[in-house]
Amino acid sequence: MRQRLAFAALAWLALCGAAADGDLQRVMHLLGAQRHRQARFVERQYLAVLDRPLESRGELLYDAPDRLEQRTLQPRRESMIVAGERLIVDHGGRRRVLDLRAYPQIAPFIDSLRDTLAGNRPALAHAFAITFRGDVRRWTLLLTPKSAALARAVSQIRIDGAGGDLLRVEIRQTDGDHSSMRIENGGAP
Amino acid sequence: MRLRGAAPIALWLLLLAAAALFAARARYIADMSAFLPAHPTADQQLLVDQLREGPASRVILIAVEGADAPMRARLSKALAQQLRGDGEFLSVENGAAVSRRHDRQFLFRHRYLLSAAVTPQRFTAEGLHAAIETTIDALTSPAGLWLKSLLPRDPTGEMLQLVEQLERGTAPRSADGVWVSAADERALLVAETRAAGSDTDAQQHALAAIRRAFRRAVRATSAPAQAAAGNGAHLRVSGPGVFAVAARAKIERAALRLSILGGALVITLLLAVYRSLPAVLLGLVPVVTGALTGVAAVALIFGEVQGVTLGFGITLIGEAVDYSIYFFIQSGDAAAGGAQERWRRLFWPTVRLGALTSICGFASLLPSGFPGLAQLGVYSISGLAAAAWTTRFVLPRLLPARLPLRNVAPLGEALRARLPRAGLSRGLGAAIMIGSLLVLWLHHGRLWNRDLAALSPISAADRNFDAALRADLGAADVGDIVVAGGGDLQAALRGAERAGATLSRLAGAGVIGGFDSPAVYMPSLATQAARRSSLPDTVSLAANLRRATAGLPLRAARLAPFLHDIAAARKAPALTPADLAGTSMALGLDELMLQSRGKWYALLPLHPPLVAGRVAAINIDRVRRALGGGAVALDIKAQADALYAGYMRNAQRASAVGFGAIALLLCIALRSPARAARVLAPLVLAVLAVTAALELAGLRLTILHLVGMLLIVAVGSNYALFFDRHGAAVDGSAASTIGSLAIANAATVIGFGLLSLSKVPVLQDLGMTVAPGAFLALIFSALLARRSAIDA
Repeated sequence: MRQRLAFAALAWLALCGAAADGDLQRVMHLLGAQRHRQARFVERQYLAVLDRPLESRGELLYDAPDRLEQRTLQPRRESMIVAGERLIVDHGGRRRVLDLRAYPQIAPFIDSLRDTLAGNRPALAHAFAITFRGDVRRWTLLLTPKSAALARAVSQIRIDGAGGDLLRVEIRQTDGDHSSMRIENGGAP
Repeated sequence: MRLRGAAPIALWLLLLAAAALFAARARYIADMSAFLPAHPTADQQLLVDQLREGPASRVILIAVEGADAPMRARLSKALAQQLRGDGEFLSVENGAAVSRRHDRQFLFRHRYLLSAAVTPQRFTAEGLHAAIETTIDALTSPAGLWLKSLLPRDPTGEMLQLVEQLERGTAPRSADGVWVSAADERALLVAETRAAGSDTDAQQHALAAIRRAFRRAVRATSAPAQAAAGNGAHLRVSGPGVFAVAARAKIERAALRLSILGGALVITLLLAVYRSLPAVLLGLVPVVTGALTGVAAVALIFGEVQGVTLGFGITLIGEAVDYSIYFFIQSGDAAAGGAQERWRRLFWPTVRLGALTSICGFASLLPSGFPGLAQLGVYSISGLAAAAWTTRFVLPRLLPARLPLRNVAPLGEALRARLPRAGLSRGLGAAIMIGSLLVLWLHHGRLWNRDLAALSPISAADRNFDAALRADLGAADVGDIVVAGGGDLQAALRGAERAGATLSRLAGAGVIGGFDSPAVYMPSLATQAARRSSLPDTVSLAANLRRATAGLPLRAARLAPFLHDIAAARKAPALTPADLAGTSMALGLDELMLQSRGKWYALLPLHPPLVAGRVAAINIDRVRRALGGGAVALDIKAQADALYAGYMRNAQRASAVGFGAIALLLCIALRSPARAARVLAPLVLAVLAVTAALELAGLRLTILHLVGMLLIVAVGSNYALFFDRHGAAVDGSAASTIGSLAIANAATVIGFGLLSLSKVPVLQDLGMTVAPGAFLALIFSALLARRSAIDA
């Protein structure tokens, strides 16, 4: 009897795992199906050195497979475009073009978001240990860096979503500082 | 009698030994300084110094190609490490993180002396509030996140200010921690040699060191099994020094190869004519003596020999060999007792007049303000004089008892028989003259090539590769530049700061896109002192901070490290250039400072403005007006073009004077302007015909074409003089005279014909002018000679 119970428990666990894995797969599929995205964002950064969080807002634009633009409108106008391996920062009338690979501490952030948006699970799994919670209607991805270099800066990235939409991206840094970006889908502001 | 006979031989041997010694010990260079003026204006002097010694001249661009990207990055790092340990290089940059970290530490430590934002106003309550607010705003951007950890020490964001201040144009792309080209097909390094770019020997040495280091780097980064075969990666280098070394090697190789080939062909020709090896070898004696004497004279007078001059050496084969040909053939069986005496009496005056004519022509190059032209003059004059002297005084004494030579009179007879009638000749001459003048008149606006690059032996492919590397490295093109001079480093830096203030305004107005300045890396002591005195004492700063942070999310209590750093900065000693050692800013400062003739110059290269997203030209006159008298604005390209135009004018004037001198000499020597005109007519005709032909072939004339024309007159004057004087020889030797001229002409055409096949532009230009020109000079001389003289 105890054996049968243990067996049933195992089977149930395995089934759950399979279901979760199937959900993750479906979410990835839904994410990858959206080739263009445009959304507003509000980001709050909680830095220990500051008494209150910093808030910035603007819009996000995404074009599959690898172009992501974060257009900040407040508190200061700045545009950051990631296209392929290039990071282009426009600020105060100046444009700076950086090589993403030269910044191992920034690149994985951006990659985590881009790979999620592209529904590229293998790439995501390459850099992070993935934990999936919830179901297709309302899900949470917990990404834990695999590489020691990234783990020194970031302890965890949490992405909440519903179906093929992203709702919130939270980045938790090792020093305790963290940021939370709320994403409002549905067209230009 | 025997002693008198031996004296010239002894003198000759002495001359030969001394000349060989000087030629062997001479320094051979091949940079563009041959085409830079010896007595420049102040503006030109700056340009010349910049081109010869300036930091830009010492830069070697290094590319690692082949293999894969990670391997190239490893090789770049290994190569940089090897070269940094080599005393020949002032600096080696490859964008590796080590130097970036070092730079950041340096900048951070000295931020209050280096940041242009440091003014008394910045540390008032209002100033601090604005600065801190800006810094906090920057934190919201992912690109500004690195500022977070610096915030307690640097709340005013001086580090951010410095990063923006130091960003010059577009930084090179980085991959795997090293600089790479835009398309990532090569890793890039920049090395600066200790030696000046004009020191071709030292540059060659430095290049060899780079190649050695690369081989070691390949071995060090390959598995042992691979090491022997290499890993598919290879090295490419570029830069002014690289060009100078390549140009010298190319000219030396071409000159050597063509000299050997030309010599062999001429020897074959002479063997076929003389059928006597001793005669051939003796015939080369004046040539060798002349060439060695020429090089030695140049080395003695100028201290160094230009590659162009060396390439010119081959031309002496063309003219000097003629002397011995005339000597051998015209004296018939030269060894026969009376023959030599007869030659000396009848023909030597003509050869001497011919040599004097040539010397007259080349003497016009001597006063030229350009070392390249003056060297050609010295070389030709001393070489021809030595060759003529050797023919007259040494050659007869070296002759063996019997030297049977083939009679070339039948050849002369045959040629003479083929000459057209006098009337026809004159008609033909007139037709060619009119046709040529017509062509030249139609092309007169674009006769001359005004591009200095036309003379460069560097191929367009190599120049394009250099341009590609510079574009990848974001190195400012040598375009417009502002120069601030001063008696010492500090005065020059202060000048740079004053000019910089004006240039910042111009950049704001869109006249220029921006500029680099050495004062960014190394502010003058005065500026450093001013910045230091802008820093308030701890008590007032703390009070200001409390007011400044009201309403901000950053509490003054967190900024104790800031108070500490400011207190330390108030006591810190001023920075000197030595403090930059080991940072990439040292290279930046070094590139932009120039020391010359006891003065210091700060160089501020200007970036072109963007108009509607496209690079536009800088209005250098507006920059000049804005600067007033404080600093000089130079348009390097225009300056270089002006230099070359001056060089051209100089050479044209010299050639005209030379031609006039030749005409005058002939008038005096022949005692009849009409005869002089008859002698000159075929030469003028040959020059006109060749120039017209070159124009019709779509070539534009360079300075070497001009020198070639002078050579046509120099070589051709012998032909014309012989026809004038000996065509009517009484004893029937006219035929052998014509035969000797034909053979001498063949030797000249062979020598210069070979030059025209060379890939070195200066040699090619010369060959293409002189080979057909000398041939035509002979033909026209024969055609236009008095009919009676030839038919006699």
